[in-house]
Amino acid sequence: MEPVLDNLDLYVSGFWRSLEIVLWAAAGSLALGILLAAFRVSPVPVLQRLGALYVATIRNTPLTIVLFFFAFGVPAAFGVTWDFFALGTVGLVVYTAAFVCESVRSGVNAVDAGQAEAARALGLTFRQNLSLVVLPQALRTVVPPTGSVIIAMIKNSAVVGAIGVSGDLFSAYRRMASALGYERLPSIAGTAVGFLVMTLTAGAILMVVERRMAVSR
Amino acid sequence: MLRRVTTPEGGATGRTPTSREPLVVMSGVDKHFGDLHVLKGVDLVVGRGEVLVVIGPSGSGKSTLCRTINRLESIDGGSITIDGAELPAEGKELARLRSDVGMVFQSFNLFAHKTVLENVTLGPTKVRGVKKADADRRGRELLERVGVGHQADKYPAQLSGGQQQRVAIARALAMEPKVILFDEPTSALDPEMISEVLDVMTDLATSGMTMVVVTHEMGFARKAADRVVFMADGELVEQADPETFFTAPRSPRAQDFLSKIFTH
Ligand SMILES: Nc1ncnc2c1ncn2[C@@H]1O[C@H](COP(=O)(O)OP(=O)(O)OP(=O)(O)O)[C@@H](O)[C@H]1O
Ligand SMILES: [Mg+2]
Repeated sequence: MEPVLDNLDLYVSGFWRSLEIVLWAAAGSLALGILLAAFRVSPVPVLQRLGALYVATIRNTPLTIVLFFFAFGVPAAFGVTWDFFALGTVGLVVYTAAFVCESVRSGVNAVDAGQAEAARALGLTFRQNLSLVVLPQALRTVVPPTGSVIIAMIKNSAVVGAIGVSGDLFSAYRRMASALGYERLPSIAGTAVGFLVMTLTAGAILMVVERRMAVSR
Repeated sequence: MLRRVTTPEGGATGRTPTSREPLVVMSGVDKHFGDLHVLKGVDLVVGRGEVLVVIGPSGSGKSTLCRTINRLESIDGGSITIDGAELPAEGKELARLRSDVGMVFQSFNLFAHKTVLENVTLGPTKVRGVKKADADRRGRELLERVGVGHQADKYPAQLSGGQQQRVAIARALAMEPKVILFDEPTSALDPEMISEVLDVMTDLATSGMTMVVVTHEMGFARKAADRVVFMADGELVEQADPETFFTAPRSPRAQDFLSKIFTH
């Protein structure tokens, strides 16, 4: 592991850059995923179909295709001049949101239909119904699967690096292995450790949240 | 003050009250579930302050009838008006109209993640824009009125079925609705809890609340109802005052039904 320790700052700065991608992508995919889930359970058929179409399309497309689409297809077709960091993060959000949507939707469906019905009968609007009655109750069933989706997303973010974001954990490996000429195995191991730190931390946070929710009602 | 009213043609069953101002008017209401014709051109007028009991065999469409009145179920034909206003399609306007129609469910449906008091104040604060302090005060009064004042800070799961249903009634009352719909409010209760809920409902009836009650509780119907409607196969077969209906039902279907529920 000597080469890694000698170039620790390369990995540390790569870690922060990757973390930045992950945090933006997590926030974005949670927001978009919840919105899509709201579409899918809304009383408006057009929105339902839009949500279903999105999930069916994205969930059945390989991640690399989605990322290539955003990293190369979108700039070429629409003249977008964002950097790889932004394009890759957007691609990751678009991909992950489909999975967040499905886990939120399954949690919403697990809430007794009588709850939403009582809320409707009181005169709450669809949005109030979701935010005040259904989602708070869905939360407990939603957190574990959504946590898994986010952890998978952290791992997927390595592909964003592979496509060409500079300065992240994956490009630290590339720099080590090609430009600086170190051995590949320890170089990639350093990158792996960086990702492990993120996924294990995410897993630990998830466990704490789950335990909190089990205690409170 | 009594107003002369015109009511829509009463169909085969004819009788509609003329002495009350109409509050809920259903005319020619049709409802299908797929191939199943659940409501067949139902005409029904509920007058202001009237207590209407709906009775009939399982699957006859009683719940569906109730649920169309606040549009928890949409209808395929005919019209329903509440206090003169037609129920709009899904949206803000429908939500506003629904807030005038209370509903009490067989399975209570109290919000599981909210305390008893929060259950009662959610509607007033979020739908009516009542200040929290005012809603709390009014909520506690209502909980007191239905006899669960000391349970205000508990969660629904900590209450007995009878207590939960009384909270559900308080929740409906908190919206100051024009009419309250009850869909078999005591069917999910243990026998010893039925009367505590029926007592609250009888009080409500006496106080002049307009009520549509699906129930097989004959005691309640006799004591509190102004009119009984007998429903079978999606049609209103017979309507009469409770005494007449229970002692001398006219239609064979009602006679048959009553003989069955009397024997057990
Ligand atoms: N959402 C639905 N989808 C399909 N069929 C339904 C639905 N709701 C009710 N039905 C059917 O419509 C008919 C009338 O149902 P409804 O619940 O109104 O009857 P009910 O008189 O309330 O019966 P019960 O005394 O059992 O409560 C029944 O045959 C029922 O199976
Ligand atoms: Mg029913």
